[in-house]
Amino acid sequence: MAGRRCSSSVLLLILWSLSVFIVVSSQETTPTGGHHEVAADNPQTTTETEQQTAEQPAVEEREWKATEVEKATLGDAETDKQATSAPGSVTPSSVPRPKDDFQEELVIRPLHSGDIYASFQFRTLWETDFMKGNKVSHYRLFPKSLGQVISKFSVRELHISFTQGYWRTMQWGQPFLPSPPGAELWVWFQDTVTDVDGMWKELTNVLSGIFCASLNFIDSTNTVQPSASFKPLGIGNVTDHRFLRYATLPREIVCTENLTPWKKLLPCGSKAGLAILLKSEKLFHSSFHSQAVHIRPVCQDQDCKTTSWELRQTLNVIFDLHTSGQGKREWSLFKMFSRTLTEACPLASSSKVYIDITDDPQGDQFELTPATPLLSQAVVMGDRRTFSVYDLTQQITFGTMRSLNLLIRWKSSEGHMLRPLLHAERYVAGYGLQTGEIHTLMYNNHPYRSFPVLLLDSVPWYLRLYIHTLTVTSKGKENTPSYIHYQPSKDRVRPHLLEMLVQLPPNSVTEVTVQFERALLKWTEYTPDPNHGFYVGSSVISSLVPSIVAMDTNSSQERPLFSNFFPCKEESSYFVRIYTEPLLVNLPTPDFSMPYNVICLTCTVVAVGYGSLYNLLTRSFQIEEPSPGLAKRIANIIRKMRGVPPL
Amino acid sequence: MAYLDNNTNTLCSFSVFVCFSERRRGQLAALSIAAVVIIVGVPLWWRTTETYRAWLPVSQINELAKLQLQLSTDVEVVFARGTVTPEQQKKVPLTQTQDDEHTVDEDTVLRYRYETRYRTATVMEEDALNQLTAAEADLSLHTLSESPCGSLVVYVIPESSSLLPQDVEVYIGQRRTALLRIGAQMRVGRTIEQLLAHLEPRLKQVLQVMSFSHTDITAALSDRVRLSPDNRESKADSMRAFKSSPGYEITFSLLNPDPKSHRLHWDIEGAVQTYIQPLITKLAPVANFSIDSQTLYYAMLGVNPRFDGSRNAYTLNTDSLAHVINPVEARLGSNAASSNPVLNFLLYVPDVHRSPLYIQDYKKQEVPSNAFHSPRWGGIMVYNVNSFYGPDAVFPVDINIDMAKVMGVFLAQLRLLLGVQPSSSPPGFLVEPCGSTGLADWELDRLMWSRSVENIATAATTITSLAQLLDQIGNIVINDNIAQQVSSAVTSLQLAVAELEAGNLGFALQYSKEAILASERAFFDPSLLHLLYFPDDQKFAIYIPLFLPMCVPILLSLLKIVSEARQKRREKQAKKD
Repeated sequence: MAGRRCSSSVLLLILWSLSVFIVVSSQETTPTGGHHEVAADNPQTTTETEQQTAEQPAVEEREWKATEVEKATLGDAETDKQATSAPGSVTPSSVPRPKDDFQEELVIRPLHSGDIYASFQFRTLWETDFMKGNKVSHYRLFPKSLGQVISKFSVRELHISFTQGYWRTMQWGQPFLPSPPGAELWVWFQDTVTDVDGMWKELTNVLSGIFCASLNFIDSTNTVQPSASFKPLGIGNVTDHRFLRYATLPREIVCTENLTPWKKLLPCGSKAGLAILLKSEKLFHSSFHSQAVHIRPVCQDQDCKTTSWELRQTLNVIFDLHTSGQGKREWSLFKMFSRTLTEACPLASSSKVYIDITDDPQGDQFELTPATPLLSQAVVMGDRRTFSVYDLTQQITFGTMRSLNLLIRWKSSEGHMLRPLLHAERYVAGYGLQTGEIHTLMYNNHPYRSFPVLLLDSVPWYLRLYIHTLTVTSKGKENTPSYIHYQPSKDRVRPHLLEMLVQLPPNSVTEVTVQFERALLKWTEYTPDPNHGFYVGSSVISSLVPSIVAMDTNSSQERPLFSNFFPCKEESSYFVRIYTEPLLVNLPTPDFSMPYNVICLTCTVVAVGYGSLYNLLTRSFQIEEPSPGLAKRIANIIRKMRGVPPL
Repeated sequence: MAYLDNNTNTLCSFSVFVCFSERRRGQLAALSIAAVVIIVGVPLWWRTTETYRAWLPVSQINELAKLQLQLSTDVEVVFARGTVTPEQQKKVPLTQTQDDEHTVDEDTVLRYRYETRYRTATVMEEDALNQLTAAEADLSLHTLSESPCGSLVVYVIPESSSLLPQDVEVYIGQRRTALLRIGAQMRVGRTIEQLLAHLEPRLKQVLQVMSFSHTDITAALSDRVRLSPDNRESKADSMRAFKSSPGYEITFSLLNPDPKSHRLHWDIEGAVQTYIQPLITKLAPVANFSIDSQTLYYAMLGVNPRFDGSRNAYTLNTDSLAHVINPVEARLGSNAASSNPVLNFLLYVPDVHRSPLYIQDYKKQEVPSNAFHSPRWGGIMVYNVNSFYGPDAVFPVDINIDMAKVMGVFLAQLRLLLGVQPSSSPPGFLVEPCGSTGLADWELDRLMWSRSVENIATAATTITSLAQLLDQIGNIVINDNIAQQVSSAVTSLQLAVAELEAGNLGFALQYSKEAILASERAFFDPSLLHLLYFPDDQKFAIYIPLFLPMCVPILLSLLKIVSEARQKRREKQAKKD
């Protein structure tokens, strides 16, 4: 009986191992086998797709036929019209004033680090109204695709940026238009929209098609509605944040496929004007690249009775010419973009190149050729700056060479940059894969003024913030925020949103820390490369920073005394938005063959338990003759040999 | 010793008894476990792992796979004074029905039914027919009574009538009326049967022109029916027009490759209002249209035109036209806001150095309209502006584009692309040119007939192939939403077929559009993809570690029970013997 039991269990074991073997081998062969089977399984799908794409060959072998116009089809409508409008001719007097306007501009700023900051801005202004229900359908300079998006989705304001690299505020100063690494999108919808979330979902999908970006990954788990940080930049006083959506994709990688559709939105494309400099192989060979589209309604004139729509396309790039130029500090347009300027875009009403020469008032730092007599002063980011201006609409700018190749040669590498008054950084602390701590450091470098900043943090749900551990300290003392807006996350539904208004004391570092726990994701929720880590988008810090111009209370400058007693001078403070680094957080990552192992292991345990139970239930038990012990058996053999009856 | 023996014997018999009952219990346990596994376990496993498949109206879908369409139209034949004598008038049959059946292929049968009603003209109609010209008569007849969509009225007028010119026998107006002049040999003394027999071929021709014709309908079915090579021509015609769709986007693009020299102004807004909008309004029952326009600068054509010294002009050959639009198309941009097909109309103004530019046809002749169209894509017109300024002009020049000329071409192209066929009328026919709307009522009817048939055929094909697909791949989840879409598509299809049979063209088109929308929505629903690629062998690979250890002991003990039972029976038999 025991032997049989033993043999049956051996049989079971063999079967079991055999089954495992079958399972493993079948698992290995399935990718190809399964595929074949599927392919063979649904010929209907293939034929159906053929049917669906039946137009395709028709398109390829297009028949080209000359159009025969029957005069009859025109009928009387033509004669009607003929009477009213003169046939096409050169009629300068009757040309209507175009309702749209295009400007282009390039600002180049040599940085103290030896890098070059080039910032392109293209601005299309259109006197039309997308808001009042009337259908806008005839486009001239404004791109049709964006116009259709605005009118279909009732967008009031749209800001989208694609950035590759991180802006180093401490080295480069403030950018003209800040943007976080990756993609950022924020949209204000009109207050007539009822289903904002549905619109937002559809809008992101359409935009991802327009810009060839993965904006379709924006969903409710990375969308927030900031209550204070993102106010409308255009006219209009609706500030109900129900109509605002904000999302970032820090993982997004920006490359030529995003640049091409962006260039296509320009009226001149990349065929004329400043846009011919935008060659992708040079633009993406840089330390920082950021392109953006901003659409907003603006006032048409001073009275602001009617609105215009402004489309601003910007592109900021930082070239690291110092390292690539073999230690020689000089640059030219050709070196940066491998092109020179030959003409302005003929559609542009203004086309200018600005070179920031503030750091070089006497011309002893660097030398700029060709020289220009045009100078312009402007207060940018609270700082009074001087620019050399090249007006591309004037033929004289291009000189006898018919091309403009700006060249700057440094004479000395001295000089220092004013430290930016506000900057921030962020990192993750802690060890292990269970908990961690996010540290956000905000630096106020102003020597004597404190100012408030708005900090916005949007943390994905899989980092569970312990909001009770939130501490804000500056100069070793606790700094209580005057406003906190916190929206806790819901797993797989929405992220954490933390907004606070913090007063930064002068010349200080304010540290915001919050602890978090890392959640375990479902195995389908991991990215294809889970050990790379998960990105957490940049924090956004918005603030009104006291201007450097106003900081200067020592009235040694040659200015009238009556003009500078009170520190509140022209533009005493200016708006700054800075973004911290995105975080890369490791989450506990399972072994992805685990589900199958678990299935096998559980099944084994179940089978073992079940097997013994089954045996207990079905086996019959009987008393066996106790077999004599070994000593007794040997003794019996000996007795048998001796002919003595056994024991 | 004997005692001992006895004792062991009883012990043994006791143990045999115990042994037997134990064994019996074990067998029962094995049987009950097997029963539990089979009765509870297997159905439970089956229920919990099966994919959800909502009920689909399969039998109705299979009925639809065999498309049997009947197209009915009402024709009213009105005899004016002087065409029939009073005796004849009494014998005029009230109605006559004519059926015409065509088997297109084994799955598609078309039946045309013409219901002809005969009557004599009323006094008012007589007055209307006494107008001076045919066009006026047409208008006043229209004001008298408006015939419904899809029906026709044919007025038979005497030979002496001055409405039509001498050589014209049939006049087709802008609405749904036609005038038919009775032949000279039919004057007097013939019976009514002879008269009707004489009218018959003419009436048929009128119907072919003003209502559906068999070629149109088979062309509309071209997706479904494989056409024989001999009617290639009609296939080319049917491929020119856009496929039926609930909406179209019309985009006018002004291509200005040389904004440095030409500053172009086109009053597209006014032109659309004047020329395109009436046609679009008229076509509203067929589809929704949205119109927009854009200006593209620095848009180049894909080919370099050849310079023709004899004409001092640049020319584009027909065979190079195919390469013209590819670089332009990248800049046209699709419509971001909808997924309807886009009809592109491009107005190309050649740059200074390449003008004038003319398009040549196959015979090396200049095309008078200087325009061409591409099937199911749109049209391009080349607009030369070099004659508007002298050689000493200061660039950039402001140029106003003559929209009447441009829109004439685009309107003709639009009609072609929408499938409004310029049907070739038989000799002796006079077709009134359509007026300001750009489309006569009967042309709209023709379009609606073929669009309804096309919609029904497409929706039926979509639904049947979806049903086949779902039938073949058992892994696909069919949720309630899809089932509902499918049933609504089937219902709309049945309604459309029924309305077509009843002759209510407007309703038939409406239902066929609903059917096509619902069927497409069901077919392209993303939820159908979820479990598509979950092959069966992988599924069983996962189950084997559980199933094998569980089933093997059950099977073995069942086998053992069966073999023991058989042995026992054999023993019993042996004992009996």
